[in-house]
Amino acid sequence: MKRIDRSSKVRTGFHQAKWDEPIIYELSTPGERGILVGQPEKAVAEEVEGEAAIPAGMARNTKLNLPEMSQAAVLRHYSRLAQQTLGADVNIEIGQGTCTVKYSPKVNDQLANLVREYHPLQDESTVQGMLQIFHETDKYMCEISGMDRFSFQPSGGSQGIMTMASLIRAYFKDKGEDRDEIITTIYSHPSDAAAPHVAGFKIIFLQPDPKTGVPDLEQLKAVAGPKTAGYIVANPEDTGVYNSHVKEFVDYIHSIGGLCAYDQANANGLLGVTRARDAGFDMCFFNLHKTFSTPHGCGGPACGATGVQKDLVKYLPAPLVGFDGQKYFFDYETPSNACAVGKVREWYGVAQVVLKAYCWIRSLGPNGLYQVAKTAVLNNNYLFKKLMELPEVSAYYEDGHNQRVEQARYSLENLEKETGIGTLDIQRRMMDFGMHYWTSHHPFYLPEPMTLEPTETPSKKDIDEYIETLKYVFKEAHEDPETIKTAPHRSVTHQVDESEMDDPAKWVLSWKTYLKKCE
Amino acid sequence: MRGFESHPYIPNSVPDVQAEMLKEIGMSSLEELHKNVPELLKLKEEMNLPEAFGSEYELRRHVERLLSKDTDCKKNLNFLGAGCWQHYVPAICDEINGKGEFLTAYGGEPYNDEGRFQALFEYESMVAELVDMDVVNVPTMDWAQAAATTARMAQRITGRSTLLVPEYMDAEKKKVIENYAECCLKMVSVKCDCMGHLDLEDLKSKINEDTIGVYFENPGYLGVIEPNGQKISDMVHEAGGLSLVGVDPISLGVLATPPSYGADIVCGDLQPLGIHMYYGGGQSGFMATRDEEKFVMEFPSRLFGLAPTSKPGEYGFGDVAYDRTSFGHHREHGKEYVGTQSALWGITAGVYLATMGPQGMAEVGKKIMANAQYAVKKLNEVPGVKANAFGSAFFKEFVVDFNGTGKTVADINKALLEKGIFGGKDLSAEFANLGQSALYCVTEIHTKEDIDTLAAALKEVLQ
Amino acid sequence: MKKLGLIINPIAGMGGSVGLKGTDNTAAEAFRRGAVPRAGDRAKAALSELLPVKEEILVYTCPGAMGGDTAEEMGFQTVLRPGTAAAGAGMESDGASMDAGALPESLSATSAEDTRKLAEWLLSEKVDLILFAGGDGTARDVYQAVELSSPCVGIPAGVKIHSPVYAKNPRAAGRLALLWLTGKLSMTQEEEVLDIDEEQYRKEHINTRLYGYLRVPKEWTLTQNKKAPSPLSDAAAMESIAYEAIRQMEPDTYYIIGAGTTTRGIMEVLGLKNTLIGVDLIRNKELVANDLGGKELLSYIKGKRAKMIVTITGGQGYLFGRGNQQLTPEVIREVGKENIIILATKTKLASLSGRPLLVDTYDEELNHSLCGYYKAISAYGEATVCKVAEE
Repeated sequence: MKRIDRSSKVRTGFHQAKWDEPIIYELSTPGERGILVGQPEKAVAEEVEGEAAIPAGMARNTKLNLPEMSQAAVLRHYSRLAQQTLGADVNIEIGQGTCTVKYSPKVNDQLANLVREYHPLQDESTVQGMLQIFHETDKYMCEISGMDRFSFQPSGGSQGIMTMASLIRAYFKDKGEDRDEIITTIYSHPSDAAAPHVAGFKIIFLQPDPKTGVPDLEQLKAVAGPKTAGYIVANPEDTGVYNSHVKEFVDYIHSIGGLCAYDQANANGLLGVTRARDAGFDMCFFNLHKTFSTPHGCGGPACGATGVQKDLVKYLPAPLVGFDGQKYFFDYETPSNACAVGKVREWYGVAQVVLKAYCWIRSLGPNGLYQVAKTAVLNNNYLFKKLMELPEVSAYYEDGHNQRVEQARYSLENLEKETGIGTLDIQRRMMDFGMHYWTSHHPFYLPEPMTLEPTETPSKKDIDEYIETLKYVFKEAHEDPETIKTAPHRSVTHQVDESEMDDPAKWVLSWKTYLKKCE
Repeated sequence: MRGFESHPYIPNSVPDVQAEMLKEIGMSSLEELHKNVPELLKLKEEMNLPEAFGSEYELRRHVERLLSKDTDCKKNLNFLGAGCWQHYVPAICDEINGKGEFLTAYGGEPYNDEGRFQALFEYESMVAELVDMDVVNVPTMDWAQAAATTARMAQRITGRSTLLVPEYMDAEKKKVIENYAECCLKMVSVKCDCMGHLDLEDLKSKINEDTIGVYFENPGYLGVIEPNGQKISDMVHEAGGLSLVGVDPISLGVLATPPSYGADIVCGDLQPLGIHMYYGGGQSGFMATRDEEKFVMEFPSRLFGLAPTSKPGEYGFGDVAYDRTSFGHHREHGKEYVGTQSALWGITAGVYLATMGPQGMAEVGKKIMANAQYAVKKLNEVPGVKANAFGSAFFKEFVVDFNGTGKTVADINKALLEKGIFGGKDLSAEFANLGQSALYCVTEIHTKEDIDTLAAALKEVLQ
Repeated sequence: MKKLGLIINPIAGMGGSVGLKGTDNTAAEAFRRGAVPRAGDRAKAALSELLPVKEEILVYTCPGAMGGDTAEEMGFQTVLRPGTAAAGAGMESDGASMDAGALPESLSATSAEDTRKLAEWLLSEKVDLILFAGGDGTARDVYQAVELSSPCVGIPAGVKIHSPVYAKNPRAAGRLALLWLTGKLSMTQEEEVLDIDEEQYRKEHINTRLYGYLRVPKEWTLTQNKKAPSPLSDAAAMESIAYEAIRQMEPDTYYIIGAGTTTRGIMEVLGLKNTLIGVDLIRNKELVANDLGGKELLSYIKGKRAKMIVTITGGQGYLFGRGNQQLTPEVIREVGKENIIILATKTKLASLSGRPLLVDTYDEELNHSLCGYYKAISAYGEATVCKVAEE
């Protein structure tokens, strides 16, 4: 046969699965059933009142409008919806900057199923294995960060930050000092401000120097003072720029009596390279669902493991998992300070996520973690070098000294000026090639931002394909901007008309309100 | 040379590829990376962690062995509940939430993650029907967080600062709320009467113009069905506060929905709806309100909505009222954060509700009630034991009073454990006034035989 | 049918290419130097975005170069303002062939007055949107007639474009108009109408004034990333900032409230009458006086406790010296650096990408002393550190 031409480096023939799937209520047929539940056993029913025992007025008196579907129909519907979702299992995850979407090993998911039927209140003696995993993972986290003790209760990054803010609050409450200001930076995650705000703090943002991309120390000194409770910051920040002077910042905050908290959501490029405690931080958190590979699950369940240096252990949420040389046990004593945080989640945290992170660490060992960090940074710098060769792409804070760590924020302002095609357009068009692409948190601080984070997961071939795809789309921006403006074309849906989504009279938040509100 | 060559999770750890990439960026070794990290801060030695397992199999063996020391609710007869409950998880729920596309998706847009948006919109729609509200959030961490957020939403709406909560409330949940809402509200306990119901006289004396609202649960933490929902709602409404109700969603096939007795905000945990217990990792919180701007604008969570697209006949999705901050009287203290929470369990709860349908939900409620009532009856046949100590109507949990046995719950549970039974949660520390009592949970998974086994075991243990 | 008002200032932009800084009062000179009118082409680029829906649009405009020619050439249905002769007829197609040295009568006839009259007529016809092509001078003229009563979009065609009422480029203006007319957008926001004094500008002195605000459709960009909490909308941000500024207010202290929408938020939250482009004075949350000049301000605050609340004006990140010249060096000195309170929305600060805020008060010593770091209020309970510099 004739050779089939596969010379194109770009997936121009891609189309995402699209089933044109109805809303589940439209698939309902009265009388169909998805599962049999069964009646109470006869011998039981004979002896009890059953639902007749419900007090007057407390029985359901409205129809329960759920879909009525056969089991196959339910499965088919959700299988199709799954196919209409671009998970990391099917995608080269380079475009979800700041999200650290890496390979989640399947063996870890399978092993986590072993704890499906554990109840959190089982006797300690029945869960020694799981407690050992909590305890060991705590030790690993301490070794990776330099901290002295971790809590796994926080169940996401933002809850981790909230826990750090709560720890800072607890510390000053205990000391009897009235400090109510938290300092952070513009390029740290927005939750570094939002969570402490929820905890009752006032927030002060430092702005980056337009040349270096990080604030200078003078700026910190100008605003830090006796009201400063803490400094909560990411490093590298979301631009991928690492603040080389971070220790001086930390030392200064300490000199005025404040605490320093490290948002390690961006830790993937630092494993085995540098540690939070070595820079003087008093506490930090890791996203186990990012850096430590546990799957993101469409946005949780997750874990924002939060660790502290020894002086602060007494304020951690209780319990911790201790080991007395013989057995593992829940330690409510150590964190029992009267001002301690108490609880941020019931019981101990998302156990299956901790277990998966444990498995991942054990699959890599110290050398593997170091390799993860180095490769993630290598991948990113390779991508950076290649993209900066394109006239459409530029980067701020590029004065020759700033080597990006694990991610980078670029700017497409040149492209936008020339073609009118901006970063949000490119984002939609990249979907037509089956790829994610992320801009930046709002408001855009740099013009037409593009934030990419390759992690250690993609191969060089994968990265090259991503670059080729971007080049293809940039070329299109010059030659056929209309196609980009109207993108996506080969994703699951076309441009969503969001014009009514902010109008209380028109927005639709459930099927029943759709039926009520649609004209 | 540090590093791990050709690790299966790190394609570019292949030395040749690495060398080629390093060359491309003008470097000759990995050490040259991290130029901006000062030498002083660099870790000079390898981390003190166990070396990597040599194979995937070794890892599997290690973990399986470690966990083989444990035992669980499948291998034993479990009567623990108290916020995390053992219900039957239809196979289809595991099948769907195990699908790699859902399991590994994250922050895509409504175009390429359409399925995630639609599945969560459908979950919102079905839970809205279940609780008889209009609007439900993309799930938060757990019930405790949902209750804490409910409290803060109500605080912003009313501009007040005291939240009334029942005496019989989960202490851990209370602590979560305390920490989360420390800066803007305080909680005051309302006494419960001898039936385990909220004491209306005490409630009346504590409601005032500073009352954000009353948060109560149905069924309550100790299992009792609160029959005075409407009276409580009326009392708090009269004072300008809100009625905030926590529910166990699996009860709503048979129990009245909170709005039918005046609830303004409903919250609860999705875990009973097709999610395994995972040692407390299966929790997932939800809030629900009417489709009124006043409430919707106070959700801190993402709310996925339906919208048209540029192609006629196509469903599209997106975030509704994304700019969701209103400022008015006292609301300026406003905003809460959003972030990664427990979306996968939202999808799972949707699968569960669609699978169960209206009939399944009614049947499971009936079956649970019958089994639990049977258990009370059987346990009451055990000398010295008083099951359903409050003597009230209950759903699936009930207090078992062991004060008449002369034994502690701790001792009893220890003895039960030896017989392969997980006895109910020991309440003696949490509610001293109940003495030696335990909270038992019986659901549709328990058979008559299981319950008879428990009763027989207790008889033996208490002899 | 949607009604689109169209105003083209045909001489806009002619000065720039020939070294004149604007065409206010100098169109003839520009023309003499060989400038080619280009506003028509810029308008055309914008209107081309509307072609897909041209059957559903009626263009209301004047005959001739002020809009009629362009609209008709592109095939739009027009409603022409009665009683006006075609201004600049024939200019569009053949501008370059005209005699250099003499501004055609048809063109010279288009003046600021024509723009205002056309705008007033468009208002009386209740058009859905006014699309105007020109520069800062044109925006001022439109503002005089329209104020906040109709949504407007500016097509940048002039030499001086300082006013954010203008879209980034003509096509973007067209797209915005399209979204508005097809009902895809429903919110507007107030954008500044700024202009520099051209006489001064030609002599290298920049003195931007804030003339007012026009309502511009607010673009709600598609596929925003929504992984994190959103920043507040501008309106909500301003209200949030106002609550914080009010929370910090001390008793028996004069507060000078500078010009701008951000500072206006304070007056609105307090329910006080205010001057959008002027300076107001309050004390104990009550109004003392509206719209004061430098001398009047001094007479109130001399020797009293006084603070000054200002925001970034002038589009370029100026704190003083653009759009708030009532705040004279004397007033600033009297208040004192430590009593200057800056308000700025995060969106505004983001648009500066970390560049410092500027002071240019014509008093160099004062400028110098005002430099340093300030905690600008950027939301309730939140400040952003801003560097203030001379340039």
